[in-house]
Amino acid sequence: MSTKLEVKNLFKVFGPNPAKALTLLDQGKEKDEIFASTGMTVGVKDANLSIREGEIFVVMGLSGSGKSTLVRLLNRLIEPTRGEVLIDGENILNVSDEQLREVRRRKIAMVFQSFALMPHMNVLDNAAFGLELAGVELEERHQKAREALAQVGLEPHAESYPDELSGGMQQRVGLARALTNDPDILLMDEAFSALDPLIRTEMQDELVRLQSEHQRTVVFISHDLDEAMRIGDRIAIMQGGEVVQVGTPDEILHKPANEYVSSFFKGVDVANVFAAKDIARRSQVTIIKKDANEGLRTGLQLLRENDRDYGYVVEKNNHFLGVVSTDSLHEVIQKKERFENALLKDIEAIPGETPISEILGTVAQARCPLPVVGSEGKYLGAISRARLLETLDREGTE
Amino acid sequence: MTASNPWATPESTESDTANSTVDTQASDPWGGAADADAGSFMSAGNMDTDTPFSLADPFADTLIPLQDWVETFVSWVVGNFRPFFSLIKAPIDATLQAVDVAFNAVPPLMMVALLGLLAWQLSGRKVGIWTVVGMFVLGAVGAWEESMTTLSLVVTSVLFCMVIGIPTGIGMARSDRAARIMRPVLDTMQTTPAFVYLVPVVMLFGIGNVPGVVVTIIFAVPPVIRLTNLGIRQVPEDLIEAANSFGADSKQMLFKVQLPLAMPTIMAGVNQTLMLGLSMVVIASMISVGGLGLMVLRGIGRLDIGLATVGGIGIVILAIILDRMTQSLGQDARERGTRHWYQTGPVGLILKLTKKQ
Repeated sequence: MSTKLEVKNLFKVFGPNPAKALTLLDQGKEKDEIFASTGMTVGVKDANLSIREGEIFVVMGLSGSGKSTLVRLLNRLIEPTRGEVLIDGENILNVSDEQLREVRRRKIAMVFQSFALMPHMNVLDNAAFGLELAGVELEERHQKAREALAQVGLEPHAESYPDELSGGMQQRVGLARALTNDPDILLMDEAFSALDPLIRTEMQDELVRLQSEHQRTVVFISHDLDEAMRIGDRIAIMQGGEVVQVGTPDEILHKPANEYVSSFFKGVDVANVFAAKDIARRSQVTIIKKDANEGLRTGLQLLRENDRDYGYVVEKNNHFLGVVSTDSLHEVIQKKERFENALLKDIEAIPGETPISEILGTVAQARCPLPVVGSEGKYLGAISRARLLETLDREGTE
Repeated sequence: MTASNPWATPESTESDTANSTVDTQASDPWGGAADADAGSFMSAGNMDTDTPFSLADPFADTLIPLQDWVETFVSWVVGNFRPFFSLIKAPIDATLQAVDVAFNAVPPLMMVALLGLLAWQLSGRKVGIWTVVGMFVLGAVGAWEESMTTLSLVVTSVLFCMVIGIPTGIGMARSDRAARIMRPVLDTMQTTPAFVYLVPVVMLFGIGNVPGVVVTIIFAVPPVIRLTNLGIRQVPEDLIEAANSFGADSKQMLFKVQLPLAMPTIMAGVNQTLMLGLSMVVIASMISVGGLGLMVLRGIGRLDIGLATVGGIGIVILAIILDRMTQSLGQDARERGTRHWYQTGPVGLILKLTKKQ
């Protein structure tokens, strides 16, 4: 994946004399010191990001961490004080006003937390607003707007006015308005934060679905970790105007850069964040099946040596076959049956992508640790009750 | 001009009263009072007796000869800028003529019907019916021609107020400096009493209907400027930001976002301007502007209470009709319960009927 959007050493200072504040920043002064001595606010400090084509990149931080400022620097709704913003390698800070408008009309579209729909236009005209500004003919822009509305499931409401729609529907219009322009980059400023949790999840799924149909580069601003974990391919965490960590959800979860980052995870519902594959452990006894009837005794031997009751049978290429118990092995050996008959019928493997929240009951009731398989049936490990509890208790221990 | 000169008759009446006996004064309590007023006014005017300056009575003599300065200035302006002011008069004169001819050319009953239909379209059936009734009453009491004159004066004034006021308001909204400069000018325009405008306007433009329109424009334009400015500045910041993020240039921003959203406020300004215009057109009858105002003025002058009442009622009816009609301009169709303006009123009715066929 190539880099679509790159941010280099980006600064934004709000105040009458930004140059002075920049000098102070270069001298290593902190944001608070600068505010105390000059009254100027450092919005974004030395941000460096490289956002790949087609990914959902989430910028996360608490209120006042500069994330909304950062996203507005990307399309110059707020003029950066210093630095570079490269879209497809072109620094948009150097372009003329006319070229900047062209970039905004063709390449980059934005969805707002407050929806920001035009109250005097109906849904169709709102969705076509970007194309109207770009000077597209009425017929064509209405056609495209209808397509975009159909994508978000709002075509029947094309003639309605924004104030006649619910919040979730209004934000769908906001999304459709951005999609109508067919932009390469979608900036979403806390787009779903104003919606209630149920609608929010629905909209997140919608976004992921749209993304699977048409890969756009999405920069998503959020203060909600669950949301970030759910939809983000990569996450940048901002604190006091600085980007403190960039990484995949897993990386950030497992190796938080500092206290601030790890403090995000307090109160996070790990059951939704982790999938089965994340917590599966290969601590159980694995029996590699070699031939039809060989390995029965060695398998039994292995289990006895390790003092285990259950064994996890895989092929040589790590393809998962099933679970055997000492009892079932005994039986098969006595009856001189085939190895396959020793596999326990009532135990089913869990697909690796399943969120933990969905397997709580199954794991708790199973008589043995449940095997987890990845793509093409590869054995990834097993989840025991103890392991599950340990994961859920993560908040308390770390 | 003698026919429309309001002073001709009142003056003679006044002198009659002054010369009359005590008996007539008793039956006419205003006569004596007017006389006394005139006396004190005269003495206040003659203040060129030289008295030595004393702190006990510092204002016995004029310290700052503002009166002389203004007189000098105005006569200088009149002497040197006459062509300029004639130039201003030209478009107003042309518009006023056109509007006046149009209003007077239409047969009264047709005019009543047209205004009724317009009111129905703009503000609903009830206002439409009352407009027809009101206009009919206006004609029936014998004030039809005067009403049409007043209406054409007001319409012309408001037209020019909008042409001048809305762009000025937009300018104020776009530049803080322009707003800072304009605000005290507007304050002055609004606090200056209506009468005070008359003198310089008469000096610069003469008397008659056209100067009347000029003075009405000056008096009535501030609300539409202020409310245009206010309306545009009140457009929510997030909508401006959204339009910017989709690449709106300043013209698109103005015509596709700011003006449509400011329209209710601007229309409230137009409504205010219209009301002020109507009151000024009446006052302007003192500089020989025709219409209902002149009826009232003549009524006062001749102590003809009947004439004054007819003029007064005419003004009130006209004011109410115009107010109702323009008030609803501020709402859009959806606030009135329909989706588009053409779905209601006579137009909606016609559309419905033609669709059925």
